Amino acid sequence: MKKILAVLMVLCLMLPAFAVAEDMPVVKIGVFEPASGDNGAGGKQEMLGMQYANTVTPTVTIGDTEYKVELVYADNGSATDKAPSAAAELVNQQVSVVLGSYGSGVSIAGSPIFEQAGVPAIGVTCTNPQVTLGNNHYFRICFLDPFQGTVLANYAYKELGAQVAYCLAELGNDYDVGLAYYFQQAFEALGGMVISETFPTGTSDFTSYINNATGYGAGVFFAPCSIAYTTLIVDQAADQNVNFALMGSDTWDSNKVLEAATGTNLDIMISTFYQEGGNVEFDTGIKAWLNSDAEAMTNNGGNDVIAAVSAMGYDAYYVALEALKAAGSTDAKAVNEALWNVSHEGVSGKIVFNEIGDADRDTAYIKKINTTTGAWDFVAVQGVN
Amino acid sequence: MFNTVFPYLLTGISVGGQYALIAIGYTMVYGILRLINFAHGDVFMVAGIVMVYLNASGIPLWLSILLTLLITVAIGFTVERIAYKPLRSAPRMSVMISAIGVSYTLQNLVLYITGGLNQFYPKIPFFSNAVTIFGVSTKMVTVVTPILTVILVVALVQLINHTKIGMAMRAVSKDFETSQLMGIKINNVISTTFIIGSFLAAVGSMLYFTNYNTVIQTSGSMPGLKAFVAAVFGGIGSIPGAVVGAFVIGICENIIKGLDIILFKAGITTQNMGLATFSDAFTFALLIIILIVKPTGLFGEKTTDKV
Repeated sequence: MKKILAVLMVLCLMLPAFAVAEDMPVVKIGVFEPASGDNGAGGKQEMLGMQYANTVTPTVTIGDTEYKVELVYADNGSATDKAPSAAAELVNQQVSVVLGSYGSGVSIAGSPIFEQAGVPAIGVTCTNPQVTLGNNHYFRICFLDPFQGTVLANYAYKELGAQVAYCLAELGNDYDVGLAYYFQQAFEALGGMVISETFPTGTSDFTSYINNATGYGAGVFFAPCSIAYTTLIVDQAADQNVNFALMGSDTWDSNKVLEAATGTNLDIMISTFYQEGGNVEFDTGIKAWLNSDAEAMTNNGGNDVIAAVSAMGYDAYYVALEALKAAGSTDAKAVNEALWNVSHEGVSGKIVFNEIGDADRDTAYIKKINTTTGAWDFVAVQGVN
Repeated sequence: MFNTVFPYLLTGISVGGQYALIAIGYTMVYGILRLINFAHGDVFMVAGIVMVYLNASGIPLWLSILLTLLITVAIGFTVERIAYKPLRSAPRMSVMISAIGVSYTLQNLVLYITGGLNQFYPKIPFFSNAVTIFGVSTKMVTVVTPILTVILVVALVQLINHTKIGMAMRAVSKDFETSQLMGIKINNVISTTFIIGSFLAAVGSMLYFTNYNTVIQTSGSMPGLKAFVAAVFGGIGSIPGAVVGAFVIGICENIIKGLDIILFKAGITTQNMGLATFSDAFTFALLIIILIVKPTGLFGEKTTDKV
């Protein structure tokens, strides 16, 4: 009996191999995103945008043939040691182009694998400059950390009037540490003072760090870290009745942060890629899709507030389709060449790549949490100057 | 000076109390089975998730608390029966690997159910209330934790020293086989150990997550690791040792996190040296030093190898 059971279970593992073949030729787009680990939640929200785009536009015409677009998933586990094997998995599946990842560290770790295989990748919300620097295969559709850090520093110094800023980043996380560094550079250039500290992975007790910020007389508390930590910071700051404002980066743009902040008397400002209401057609479409799909709803955190990363995932999918059309083939190398000249009017703005492979973005949205209604209030479109 | 140090001390004592409740689970299981139960931190995390879902189902809070305790105890009991009992006569390493397997199973199960998104722990009245002590505002639970921990530990020590099952536990921890020959039902004793450990982990999770209100699938790993360190620090197998170790580690790591500003305010340093980064490094360095000086930990028993 046990042997039969074991054989059955092994057979179950092989099921995907027997997927039914269809008549229409298939073009594969790799989704290189975290579905587990600290950034699992953010990665899933980014994937939601791609999945929704895939339901809206399930086919693409390349040359004269219509192809069915298949999303191939690989979980990079939010960890730089798992990212290369996830990347290799996508390469083995012979994808034409890769989308992702959420989190710069994993993108950097997976990059050499894509480069060797000649597969182009489109970074969706990985904001660290290192992702696209010095290579020809990694592109990116969002703004960069030096830009984001400067925008936030400007806002903190000029609009909030803070003289002292406290930065808290996760130790060894490229995204956190990088963004905190650029914030510090910009804030100090403006004449402010910055105290920068790091916390080890897995921390849930942030009270001492918040005490430190209070002790130094900080005007803002800037914590560009994973969603897993943001809600803890919000809750503990509320308990301690802090008198500084909390500032977050694009990772804070999650309905979980909203939920944690509702009913407190905190000031929370964040910078992000997309503000709900920016494109009504997209907003209503994705909301209807979320409400009709129970699993998508769970992955979005149980409600239909649109995360900016979902909008970015949506745009990335269409950039990939544009590149496929322009390349006129499903060959990865041709797609790579075609990407340089792609121009796409996305829901988050126009996307054109410069010579490094980054999209030219010069504005970020600043949003503030309305702690009474539990919604994002639009504050400003902020540039560097 | 006191005003600068006090907030860190307060957090440290509170965190120490929470580590202590988890550490007891490690140390008791080790004392009896000579097994490091790596799944213990995850049982602690599952207790948090169970509470989240029970509360969301709309039943009264007191009932959710009661059910959380019961379900956690049931999980601890089941884990032992399924993953450890069949391996009773297997080499110790196999049981340990089984424990690691259980740990990953629990984590991934929770990942699957929650979708990996942060779950918010319900607010427990009184415990969640804000309170101000010597000018530091915090939650009531911070103050209650160390007191409750001490009460539970005293009760547990009484149980071990003055009841029949306690006597059986002490016998089993001294000599597994001989106590079996003396008519002790070892499976019952082991189950009781897991039940007590899981119960304390459930209480610990309530205190911990009321303070740090976010539960995700990895929430158990860091507290679990720290509690394990505390148990080794205090001498694994010794309950008072685990408690003392937990408080020492909790206080040390929080003082280190605030050391920069304490030194700054005291006028010893003039700039931030980034010492907060080393809070964990320091904790583990302390462990290594203790183990070099006193290999059995603070309160550990001397082991004599009989030929």
